[in-house]
Amino acid sequence: MNAIEITDFRKEYGTTVAVRGISLSVREGELFGLIGPDGSGKTTTMRAVCTLLVPDAGTILVQGLDTSRDVMRIRAVLGYMPQRFSLYQDLSVEQNLRFFADLFRVPPAERLEREEQLYRFSRLSEFKKRKAAALSGGMKQKLALSCALVHTPRVLVLDEPTTGVDPVSRREFWDILRSIQKQGTTILVSTAYLDEADRCDRVALMYRGRVVVSGAPSSVREGFSYPLYRLKGKDVRALQAQFAAAAETRTTQLFGDALHVVFNVEPSESRWAEWRATSAGNLETWGRQPPSIEDVFMDLMSTQDEGAPGAAPAGARS
Amino acid sequence: MNTSIHTENLTRKFGEFVAVDRVNISVGSGEIFGFLGPNGAGKTTVIRMLCGLLKPTAGKATVAGFDVYTQSELIKQNIGYMSQKFSLYDDLSVGENFEFYAGVYGLGAGEIAEKRREILGRFGLEAYGSAVTRDLPLGFKQRLALGCAVLHEPRILFLDEPTSGVDPKARREFWKTIHDTAAGGTTVFVTTHYMEEAEYCHRVSIIDGGVIVALDTPGRLKESHGKESVQDVFVDIVGSD
Ligand SMILES: Nc1ncnc2c1ncn2[C@@H]1O[C@H](COP(=O)(O)OP(=O)(O)OP(=O)(O)O)[C@@H](O)[C@H]1O
Ligand SMILES: [Mg+2]
Repeated sequence: MNAIEITDFRKEYGTTVAVRGISLSVREGELFGLIGPDGSGKTTTMRAVCTLLVPDAGTILVQGLDTSRDVMRIRAVLGYMPQRFSLYQDLSVEQNLRFFADLFRVPPAERLEREEQLYRFSRLSEFKKRKAAALSGGMKQKLALSCALVHTPRVLVLDEPTTGVDPVSRREFWDILRSIQKQGTTILVSTAYLDEADRCDRVALMYRGRVVVSGAPSSVREGFSYPLYRLKGKDVRALQAQFAAAAETRTTQLFGDALHVVFNVEPSESRWAEWRATSAGNLETWGRQPPSIEDVFMDLMSTQDEGAPGAAPAGARS
Repeated sequence: MNTSIHTENLTRKFGEFVAVDRVNISVGSGEIFGFLGPNGAGKTTVIRMLCGLLKPTAGKATVAGFDVYTQSELIKQNIGYMSQKFSLYDDLSVGENFEFYAGVYGLGAGEIAEKRREILGRFGLEAYGSAVTRDLPLGFKQRLALGCAVLHEPRILFLDEPTSGVDPKARREFWKTIHDTAAGGTTVFVTTHYMEEAEYCHRVSIIDGGVIVALDTPGRLKESHGKESVQDVFVDIVGSD
């Protein structure tokens, strides 16, 4: 039995179709990632898994239980952290954590170890007595995450848990997720950081209410067949303008101080020589490179005929 | 290059706790200045002081030539500020939010209509004038928040995590807008937790525990730390404590 079984799930808000009949299964004990642009249907899907909205069509089973019938039984095995999680602003850091540990009836024996682990990740131990209201944005997010992770549910659903969390803490957060997974918990997580997608067992990329690609991150990457080159130069924005105009080019994207160019066909050596000459010294290095999940995502987004931003649905934030 | 932002030993305490500790920064006009640091490092506190929203405990700071202690009203007229939680009215439409901010900045009725067309057009929001803000995808809200922050054509923009939670495609479009804005002479002071975005800044500074621990161009930071990316530099500096 899969931990989560989504079949032809569809959801509309007024005239906007948020999710257009998707099917997905998350295996028992799996760490499954949902990625996709804003408004693609991720939050709607997660909320439906958590019994917080009723599908317009299709079924969702969690641990074999139907989300539209077995609401209470599902809620008993499920942990959910929504995008906007409310802490008690006038309670201190440690009072918040203790409150949720009590709420979830975490046995005292397990508490200490888990709390220690969570404080290590959040670096909030120096600030145990501080009111949640006086924390920085990211510290609040980390406290909210800690509260959600204080117990070990059978199924854990986390909606963009790492938004606003700094890079060092993000790494530690993913280590905690792994250790929770090792205790047998199935985890469904969405993220806007695509480097995190690589840390999932499997991912699904959603776009406009549909699942466009899914599978293990490695197979998603390997399924991308176009030649991708990483270019460096003095002015990468000028390089981007130059390569966007080349006949062989499929897409171009800035990646920090480098430019990634996806070609429709492998360019010849003489083409590179030409490009280097026309760049007037701007193009310095180039080399073929395997695509990352972000490359695959960006290429899909740029070629799915998205058109103007106005083409995206004005529906609820997915 | 004219100086847009200048601080000398800028300090802020909350009770005994020192949130910002003797910060010295100078940012030139038209510069994109990236302000990095782990959660709780003091980034938002510095921005709030520079925007005239929070009084420093000690030290000096001028923004657009105005003193943060005595001329905070003049500062507010000359800057745009986009806070970590976009300050939009969720139950107003896109157009109403825009008009609200235009009114705050004292634009006349004719001016407002013209600005509304121009800015909603520039940010790809024309079709959404009557959409309720609550229903917008995050990337759209973020563009609307930026539109509201630039409608009075400020010389200096403070952007506090403008791209948090925004998808990679929308983030790249946002950064293109930032570059265009800076090319027109506007100074941009921006925080982010996406380290590849740090590479898009002219200079970056890393603050940790209220103290500035690094300040240079992304290129020189990588060189001096012998790292391939600002991400690695950041982890090197911040991860070691
Ligand atoms: N009103 C307050 N009372 C007490 N402490 C405060 C108050 N406001 C902020 N602080 C503390 O000051 C420190 C700096 O907070 P700040 O919001 O500037 O961090 P930040 O660098 O913006 O972090 P983030 O990346 O999480 O947004 C934190 O330890 C925070 O808890
Ligand atoms: Mg902040």
